[in-house]
Amino acid sequence: MLLGPSLVLSAVLFVIGVAGVLIRRNAIVLFMCVELMLNAVNVSFVALSQVHGFSGQIMVFFVMTVAAAEAAVGLAIILAVFRHTQSVDLTQLNLLKG
Amino acid sequence: MDLITATWWAFAVWAVISALMCISRRNPIASVLWLVSCMFALAGVYVLLQAEFIAAVQVLVYAGAVMVLFLFVIMLLNVGDSPRTLKRWPIWIVGLGVSAVMGAELVALRGYTPERLAREVSTLSGPINPALVFPEGAAAQIATASRGVVGGIAEPLFTGYLIPFEVTSVLLLAAAIGAVVLAKRKL
Repeated sequence: MLLGPSLVLSAVLFVIGVAGVLIRRNAIVLFMCVELMLNAVNVSFVALSQVHGFSGQIMVFFVMTVAAAEAAVGLAIILAVFRHTQSVDLTQLNLLKG
Repeated sequence: MDLITATWWAFAVWAVISALMCISRRNPIASVLWLVSCMFALAGVYVLLQAEFIAAVQVLVYAGAVMVLFLFVIMLLNVGDSPRTLKRWPIWIVGLGVSAVMGAELVALRGYTPERLAREVSTLSGPINPALVFPEGAAAQIATASRGVVGGIAEPLFTGYLIPFEVTSVLLLAAAIGAVVLAKRKL
């Protein structure tokens, strides 16, 4: 059934995504790390759906839809930010800093 | 170790290596391609976990559509190698520490088997059969055997989850409109 190893794979991928979000400066790479975290959660949904029935797989379906919507809106925001600052470097977005 | 387990481990190692390469590459395009590789590996993992439909959707939606969108934006913005890709050193050391702690906590899930899960959920004592504690799981196995995995997913998706499924279309419409409004210079 591979339930335990799948949960560990999910955990490792999620943590890699968290590390990416925390250490990278590029906004686009940051979005990709968020996608990686969503994928990691999908792995545990699918692994548990072997035990719990199809609800997990349906939830993965919804997560994918939300991720697609999030990617579209997020990338549009990055485009708008890039037009203002000519950069996708998050450390340069400090307009609200006193 | 049987063939399925060995293949699963191969895909899992592939996914983790791709994910590590994705967050460590300097060039965003290389990052995107490594993430696509990770998603293909995860599609293989899904097949081995008997979720063939999810594996197909993974390749089509994630590796196909979402990552192509990322590539388009990177090429549109002409984002090249940046001189500094990481945040300042105290921040990224703290980031790595936080993720290491979180990883150590989550890896504690490694001992879970369906039997242990059933024992923790169920209030009965004595020997426990996961198929009795989770009747939906057993029903799903039967449905997969008789109608295939797509037929099995379709039934709950279009009955119990019908309203969330329809609301999804509103969400996608809102996202499409929002993306156009945000990205367009002048409406």
